[in-house]
Amino acid sequence: MRLTRPSARSRPPAPAGDPDRDLLDLVRAGDEQAFMQLVSRHQAALLRLARTYVSSAAVAEEVTQDTWLAVLRGLADFEGRSTFRTWLFQILVNRARSTGVREHRNVAVGDAGPVVDASRFDASGAWMSPPQHWVEDSDERLAAQSLAGPIREALDMLPPRQREVVLLRDVDGLSADEVCAVLQISEANQRVLLHRGRSGLRGALEDRLGEA
Amino acid sequence: MLFTRREIPCREMVELITDYLEGTMSRSERRRFEAHIAGCENCSEYLRQMRVTIIASGTLREEDLTPAMREEFGEMFRRWQAGDDVEPPDG
Repeated sequence: MRLTRPSARSRPPAPAGDPDRDLLDLVRAGDEQAFMQLVSRHQAALLRLARTYVSSAAVAEEVTQDTWLAVLRGLADFEGRSTFRTWLFQILVNRARSTGVREHRNVAVGDAGPVVDASRFDASGAWMSPPQHWVEDSDERLAAQSLAGPIREALDMLPPRQREVVLLRDVDGLSADEVCAVLQISEANQRVLLHRGRSGLRGALEDRLGEA
Repeated sequence: MLFTRREIPCREMVELITDYLEGTMSRSERRRFEAHIAGCENCSEYLRQMRVTIIASGTLREEDLTPAMREEFGEMFRRWQAGDDVEPPDG
């Protein structure tokens, strides 16, 4: 039989799985190093996300600073109904949307064309011009490691809405639910954007690295 | 299976791949998808390339602050803590 330990916490805690929870408690208690760790953990992702809304690096940086300031100001009221990361990214998106030139709520999910050019298939729908070989290593992880440069460039070329979903999901590792909450989009839209974004990246890597 | 249905064409496979990787397919769809992959070298290669693409994106994750940013954020924190954070909200 297993004993259940009574919880001694009085403040509503962040969700049990929230990896930022311990740091948040320290920040609330006034620990500057903990704040720095929290910033280090998320700042790169915030900057990347901000850049999908504003084109200037300086403005993107300002947006992230505003976001952290809002975090400090709102920390006492953060009840942990979502993870800290979701809350943080929501703040950024709200600020970036009001700052940025791009307003993308209610914008159609995008070009509905196929993700692989139709001319690469025959009339029956089978590959006529099959995927070119560009994955060099038989180990997927090792193969991916040599692609940092090309994938970065390919990401920069993606349409902003696809880019932000791929950034959040595949670069920063948010779950589909988190992305929907952060961007206020439906699950279906999230998946379409992810699909088009990932497919676009694969195509760009093939174009660049494939053996003709 | 006795009730083999029409095979999914490669052209449709590339559109279904995210549903497959996200685990949002029904069991029968999944079975058909996997049956195609098992018998199609090209789609199998395509799936592999998608996996490598996704993993490659994950390698871009970084956690780094420049010394200048450290300085700025440190100052932000100390101002906030001192209650000296009087900047009015935008607007």
